Amino acid sequence: MSAVLEVKDVKKTFGGITAVDGVSFDVREGEILGLIGPNGCGKSTLFNCILGQLTPSAGEVKVDGRLVTGLRPSDLNRLGVSRTFQLLQVFPRLSVRENLILAGQEHQGSMLGRLFGPSDAGLTKAANEMIGFFKLDHLAPEPAGGLSYGQQKLLDAAMAFMGGPRLVLLDEPAGGVNPTMLGDLKDRLIAMNREKGATFVVIEHNMEFVMSLCSRVMVMAEGKVLALGQPDEIRANPAVVEAYLGH
Amino acid sequence: MTAAAKYLRIALGVAAVLALILVPATFNRYGLYILSQWAVMSIAAMGLNLTLGYAGQVSLAQGAFVGIGAYAGAILTTQGFPLIAATAVAIVLCFAIGWLLGYPALRVQHHYLAFVTLAFSTLAFLVFRNESWLTGGIYGISNIPRPHVFGMATSKPLPFYYVCLGALAIVTAAVWWLIRSPWGRAFMALRENPVRALSLGVDTRRYTLMAFAIGSALGGVAGALYAPLTQYIDPVPFNLSLSLDLLMMVIVGGSGFFFGPFLGTMIAVLLPEWLRFTQGYYLMLYAIAVILLLIWSPSGILGILDRYLTQRRTRAASALRAVAKPKLEVAQ
Repeated sequence: MSAVLEVKDVKKTFGGITAVDGVSFDVREGEILGLIGPNGCGKSTLFNCILGQLTPSAGEVKVDGRLVTGLRPSDLNRLGVSRTFQLLQVFPRLSVRENLILAGQEHQGSMLGRLFGPSDAGLTKAANEMIGFFKLDHLAPEPAGGLSYGQQKLLDAAMAFMGGPRLVLLDEPAGGVNPTMLGDLKDRLIAMNREKGATFVVIEHNMEFVMSLCSRVMVMAEGKVLALGQPDEIRANPAVVEAYLGH
Repeated sequence: MTAAAKYLRIALGVAAVLALILVPATFNRYGLYILSQWAVMSIAAMGLNLTLGYAGQVSLAQGAFVGIGAYAGAILTTQGFPLIAATAVAIVLCFAIGWLLGYPALRVQHHYLAFVTLAFSTLAFLVFRNESWLTGGIYGISNIPRPHVFGMATSKPLPFYYVCLGALAIVTAAVWWLIRSPWGRAFMALRENPVRALSLGVDTRRYTLMAFAIGSALGGVAGALYAPLTQYIDPVPFNLSLSLDLLMMVIVGGSGFFFGPFLGTMIAVLLPEWLRFTQGYYLMLYAIAVILLLIWSPSGILGILDRYLTQRRTRAASALRAVAKPKLEVAQ
């Protein structure tokens, strides 16, 4: 299996603090990699370095073998790398459908071509399919700001899939989502992975969610990789238990 | 929206357009001047509504762009160029300068951006006043001709009002189309959450510059019409207070609402006239009216309407849920 994402010796310092300290790992095509670790261990900073929100102080990031360090987030997105944020990020005054169309439109032709093209950038059908897939049908015309927290989380995830990405980085998708909806979200993610072949990296604190969803799990502590392996190996790793899982 | 509501909206629109065409034929010279001013300033306010209301970029420089457009219009038409050519020059010039003014917005936002654009406004005013070789300085430019449209002179107030109204109609159609295009959606994304927009592939830099450039270009269109409307321009009308007035028109009407600028401009241009009978007090009453409105509805006049419609829709949705609930319980 080829690597969709290669991260090599990535380091990020803020003044005297080293948030990410020489992290290296690969994400294989079609896998779901979990990323866990205590608060402040550098998980989100690592995401930001991979996706161009931050420029790494050292190291390199490759997507499909192509060096992408220093590219802007919008460029990376158009290369097929998508993400969600830890805090909810939808466009509250746009409708659910408009949120999804927006999430896909920048992948359709050139900026000038879009101006003179159809007003939905030809995406109404794709947006409706995504709405159906995430079971948001009855909410399609509603402003996203009026949805419940869990529904907005679903929409947030759905938006990350709109451009048909190769790789999706999800930052705490389950945070604050009730158990019923959490099951829905997990089903949708697994379906996305199996049916559409999307590769994921998932940051999450909900252990049950991570262990049942992910094929491999990486544990971070104090900016470094502590362990990387199958969920069972991780659960049994004494260093991980000590640093994060607890006895 | 139900079919009835849709027809009601269309009927209202047609009635408003017919009124704007027919009623002014009975107006005197001064009434027509005020109404023409409303049409011209509505164009400038629509431009600012695009930059501020839709794309979320604060600008205190829209008045300066009206000035640039007005000087371009005045200089070229007094040199014998047709108004349409002068307007094209005003559009290109304001688009280019607006694009450049957008660059600071890539670094600073909100109040800081307001200050940058405020400084630009002052700079533009100084150029209008001091570069007398080009602008006539404090003496301004007089005898600005009104155009011939399809061979007909528009020097009388009523025909020129129709020129302004026609321009407003064209700009309205263009902005309506722009807002509904993928660009309009990207502008709104820029306003609501630039970080998320960037992560979804939206090139926020280019859209920010575009929002400034297009909004400014509409200021230029308004200016190019303002010059033949007043037939005399000097730097004074284009100082900072015009930028503040335009900002107020957008906010009072309802920032980010398509028809906000029309209403806001109507209030800013017409209300002082209606309150004239109160003599010295009209400005005070006007100020109090604006303060009360913004306390009642911070999102402007159309914000009130929007809230009312949202409430009605929520009630309708709750009613539907109330009907649906017992069925669900039975199903379980």
